[in-house]
Amino acid sequence: MALICLKNIANSYCLKNINLTIQDGELMVLLGSTGAGKSTLLNVIAGLTPYEGEVYFNGRNMNLIPPEKRGIGYLFQDIALFPHLCAYDNIAFSLRAAKCPKDEVKRRVEEIMQLMHISHLKDRYPKELSGGEKQRVGLARALVRKPEILLLDEPLSSLDPATACSIRRELKQLKRELKLTILYVTHNYAEAGELADRIAVIMNGELKRLGSPEEILNNLTVNPS
Amino acid sequence: MKLKIGKKDVLFLIPVIIFLSLWEIAGNLAHTPLFPPLSRVLAEMFRLLENGILLKSLEASLLRVLAGYILGSLFGLFIGILMGISRIAEYALRPLISMLFPIPILGWLPLLMLWIGINEALPITLIFICTFFPVAYNTFTGIREVKAEYIKAARTLGASDWFIFWHVIFPLALPNIFTGLRLEAGMAWRSVIAAEMFAIPVGIGALLMNGENLIRVDIIMTCLIVLSIMSVFFEYIFIWLEKKTTGAWR
Repeated sequence: MALICLKNIANSYCLKNINLTIQDGELMVLLGSTGAGKSTLLNVIAGLTPYEGEVYFNGRNMNLIPPEKRGIGYLFQDIALFPHLCAYDNIAFSLRAAKCPKDEVKRRVEEIMQLMHISHLKDRYPKELSGGEKQRVGLARALVRKPEILLLDEPLSSLDPATACSIRRELKQLKRELKLTILYVTHNYAEAGELADRIAVIMNGELKRLGSPEEILNNLTVNPS
Repeated sequence: MKLKIGKKDVLFLIPVIIFLSLWEIAGNLAHTPLFPPLSRVLAEMFRLLENGILLKSLEASLLRVLAGYILGSLFGLFIGILMGISRIAEYALRPLISMLFPIPILGWLPLLMLWIGINEALPITLIFICTFFPVAYNTFTGIREVKAEYIKAARTLGASDWFIFWHVIFPLALPNIFTGLRLEAGMAWRSVIAAEMFAIPVGIGALLMNGENLIRVDIIMTCLIVLSIMSVFFEYIFIWLEKKTTGAWR
């Protein structure tokens, strides 16, 4: 069954008639240059920006469902860790918002911190974390509620190559272990080729191409336009 | 634990010691009741403490400051939060607040004397006004300066509007709110003195006026020292509170 289905998605300033289906458990990369509309499309899926058209999750129309009830995990480009909360409290945020019992919050936060190898960071505030550590805490925060869908907006763009490579590896592992459907925004071809099950190329707010990494990247090499 | 005292921790003492020494020397040289030396002012301060006049005056002023300040802060917080979370409240109240905020606090005094009369409500109302506007304005700007990304992130994490307000917006607005509270904590003392000087018979301001009537500069200086200590003490309470609540993450 298709987990995410986008029908005729458009908005006033960017997107034009986008139709796209993302399969259950798929990692789809949205590839395109800056300003192409990739992040706006993620915001549409998350319900954070107004749009025309229809968004379906598991066959259910999400148009009237607000962001807080869509049950997605979203890692923003600048991560947006809450500066006044330590890593533990940042990760526990969504569980507390859902009024989970204290012991369950503790168990689940410790579990995800262990999975992400960040248990040693639990008392640190965002200002005390490196770029890579922030990404890991941000990912843990997005995943602790066990969402089926994870949206990642250029998560590795500000990291050094070694840290980016290590997080990419962890991301693939997480996808397998947690059976996630991931939409991953990037403008980096190599990153897209390494991670994607399929790539959707977005240009000027339109979906230009869709296919496997081999199909898309070989074609781009031959015909970069 | 070893307590390390650095150069900068004692540096401020040098000008203070020089100032107090010069005051003492100049006062002794001047030999006039219009410019008493520090030792004479301190002696008068102890005399006023001993006979209870200073404490009685301080207590009266302190109660007025606390009443006006607490009421003004709470109402300022309420209106600031309302304007911060509701565009309708912002559009309705902002022009009025922008218009009234710049009026100097002494400008309100003649009007309040006519409206309220000369009684306990006068200094309390004056401090209420003095506290309300800056606290409301700083609370409002603090809330509006919270980055949209944090609110978006909180929404995608399943938080309700209420939860977002109390767990994201309000804590992130705290530095601004504390700025308003801290600045007005000192200002409240200046306002109460003004009201007491003109209208109220008991309090530090009233004692100050009595000093002037009796041509007792030592009493006037005692009152000014007490006023300065109380203003600084109140401001430091909020500096301490701000550090305690936001120091770890800022």
